[in-house]
Amino acid sequence: MMTDTRIDALSPGTFALDGQEVEFAPGDSILQAARRAGHDIPHLCWHPDFAAHGSCRLCTVKVNGRSGAACTIQAANGQDVESDTPELNAQRKTLLQMLFVEGNHFCPSCEKSGNCLLQATAYQMGMEGPHFEEFYPHRRVDASHPELLLDLNRCILCGLCVRASAQDGKQVFAMGGRGITSHLLVNSDSGQLAGSAISATDRAANICPVGAILPKRRGFVIPIGQRRFDSQPVSQEDAT
Amino acid sequence: MNANSSMSGPSVSELASVLQRHGRDSHALVQILREFQAIHGCLPRPALCQIATALGLTLAHVEGVAGFYRFFHTEPVGAYRVLFSDNITDRMLGSEALLRQLCALLKVAPEQTRADGLVSVATTSCTGLSDQGPAALINHHQVVTRLTPQRIAQMAELIEQHVPPAQWPPEWSQVDDRIRLADVKLGPQPEPGAGIAAALAREPQAMIDDIKRSKLRGRGGAGYATGTKWQLCRNAVGQTHYVVCNADEGEPGTFKDRVLLTSYADTLFEGMTIAAWSIGASQGLVYLRGEYRYLLDHLQAVLQRRRELGLLGHAIQGKAGFDFDIAIHVGAGAYVCGEESALIESLEGKRGVPRIRPPFPVEHGYLGQPTTVNNVETFCAVTHIAVHGGAWWARIGTAQSTGTKIHSVSGDCARPGIYEYPFGTRVGRILEDCGARDTQAVQVGGPSGVCLSALEFDRRIGFEDVPTAGAFMVFDRSRDLFEVASNFVHFFAHESCGFCTPCRVGTELVVRQMDKLKRGYGSSADIKVLFELDKLMHGATHCGLGAGACNPLRDTIAKFRPAYEKHLKSLHFVAGFDMDAELSQARRATGRNDSGAHLENFE
Repeated sequence: MMTDTRIDALSPGTFALDGQEVEFAPGDSILQAARRAGHDIPHLCWHPDFAAHGSCRLCTVKVNGRSGAACTIQAANGQDVESDTPELNAQRKTLLQMLFVEGNHFCPSCEKSGNCLLQATAYQMGMEGPHFEEFYPHRRVDASHPELLLDLNRCILCGLCVRASAQDGKQVFAMGGRGITSHLLVNSDSGQLAGSAISATDRAANICPVGAILPKRRGFVIPIGQRRFDSQPVSQEDAT
Repeated sequence: MNANSSMSGPSVSELASVLQRHGRDSHALVQILREFQAIHGCLPRPALCQIATALGLTLAHVEGVAGFYRFFHTEPVGAYRVLFSDNITDRMLGSEALLRQLCALLKVAPEQTRADGLVSVATTSCTGLSDQGPAALINHHQVVTRLTPQRIAQMAELIEQHVPPAQWPPEWSQVDDRIRLADVKLGPQPEPGAGIAAALAREPQAMIDDIKRSKLRGRGGAGYATGTKWQLCRNAVGQTHYVVCNADEGEPGTFKDRVLLTSYADTLFEGMTIAAWSIGASQGLVYLRGEYRYLLDHLQAVLQRRRELGLLGHAIQGKAGFDFDIAIHVGAGAYVCGEESALIESLEGKRGVPRIRPPFPVEHGYLGQPTTVNNVETFCAVTHIAVHGGAWWARIGTAQSTGTKIHSVSGDCARPGIYEYPFGTRVGRILEDCGARDTQAVQVGGPSGVCLSALEFDRRIGFEDVPTAGAFMVFDRSRDLFEVASNFVHFFAHESCGFCTPCRVGTELVVRQMDKLKRGYGSSADIKVLFELDKLMHGATHCGLGAGACNPLRDTIAKFRPAYEKHLKSLHFVAGFDMDAELSQARRATGRNDSGAHLENFE
């Protein structure tokens, strides 16, 4: 909550993450500082190269007993941050299950399997099933672009492509709809990727943490077993 | 009425005049969309394209904004669009049967547009007329109150005869204030200008100090100290400062701001002007909810009169250098815009998604400048405090909740309407005054507030005990509290902005669980899932909407568990599985719907 006195965000310091001291630089969020210090806080919509979004809520931690997204909370001296606790990890598993049932995620037939942050984080959190009834929504597949495939069935609305495309200077993507019908929009007269300004080398074309935006004609070039999360779980990836 | 020009393309001149009126400012996008739709009937893609080009925005951005607000239509809708207010209080007055009656008479399915394009009938979230419902909103502009089967029959005829809504019987659109009990805020008002004069007699800092002395807290629900908010805003560095009035009264069952806007607009604008003097602002904005569009001309007239009286504009009351004016922004159907940072996003012409905070609006608000956002009732209180002093106000109410609170009373009572009490008033006292009998429960503060059972009617209104944003919905013993909670969870799912996972998916999951219980396929395990979702959404959401979305559920399960259990086939396990429904996909795939394709025909 807003207070009369402001935390001085311009000074470095330390906070405690699950009892371990973490140093932060001025302006760091808790997630930024934790990652730099080699700690993992699960996340999907956050990326070190882009402004925080705060939408997936996977990185929800407790700061001095109060819940908040680690990607949006400024690190401050003396904070007591809980992250790797049974309660918060159970909550993360539920959030992942929500994302799985909301869309159409069939890992065995998805080219992203093994490279997918959603899948890897679900393994990390011990998710063994959807828990809730699947929504099985009708969503669009856009195969109009010669080099890229957009499959909205797998989109988790993390907004990374929106942010990346803005940084590319193209603004190819935007968010549309509202509530449970929220969806990704493509900026072109037809609403399809083919007429948009995107190219396969854009950051926006290569940022998707799941299999919603994929390059064409690269299917299974990297065999199962040799993929990003096959060698080590997401929690042990190099934090930088 | 709307011209149903969906067949033709957007008129270039119509669009040009709307764009010109807003100086082709991309921050006016929501207003441009609203005004163009009012002329054209809907927002077809070619029009969105032209608007995007004119404002230097991408088409996807404009499409994203248009798709966010419930009152915007990118596909043609009926030339007559009838939206029934769908609050539980409207339902208790028979709105669902009236909707079915109108649909039957007009031969149109709910949520569909009739083939000839003449009419569409649907529901909308509470329109702020719970004390004189069932209510409907016509063409996002005109309200109809006190609907009866007779009125519906006549309405169907008028629509078939293409009679413009403006020519419908004027008494249909009559909206009464229904002030049943007035205290300081609803009693005699200061003369226009008296509050400003009292403020100008002091330095801005002294005015803020007096607001602090009054211990006034925001009336919109959160209860933040107004004086502190103003102080932070005044201290914040910016090119300019803004005063914003939150008149997006969307909490179902709340209608007190509608009355203040209708009959106390001078006091409201005066409070905004005092705020401007205090924080050093030259521009004020009122965010008027789309459902109150019918008040726009009246509010503009009050603003104009105040300009002519020298109470707005340059050198207000002759004070050199004190320049301030107020503009009105009309919303387009989005409850979440009542959250102050979402409201600011909407004012800036964007999707109404709450911002990451901090920074708070007092430092980084409208167009990135220091902005104070206060509720209608808060600004009205400010005017009285300026005239009578902070110490006077602090003597009313309780230690932590000073002054009075206005309640919008509706539901099962003899005298619904507006009641003003000092803070600290017993819930039971309000029930007695409004003529409530055999009361089972009261929902205080709307769906995101608290549901009180009869055991709790000695509790008192105030931040110390039962805080409220102003709704007071009464349910007698004939009501099913499960139905009440079900209506509320549907409301939250309908109004979720969709930004964060727990609210977007969680509100939808809660709706599915409740609907499952309603259909009689629930088990006690489903109630456990509801508890889990409530716990998650309280800690993990991006804003208060999601956090509060399970409040009605939590309260009613805890206090009225039998209402839920009677929807269970057994308190013990029953499979949550409808065999016949499972066959529906197979029926669709095979194009069959004969009796042999339904399970109940097999033994």
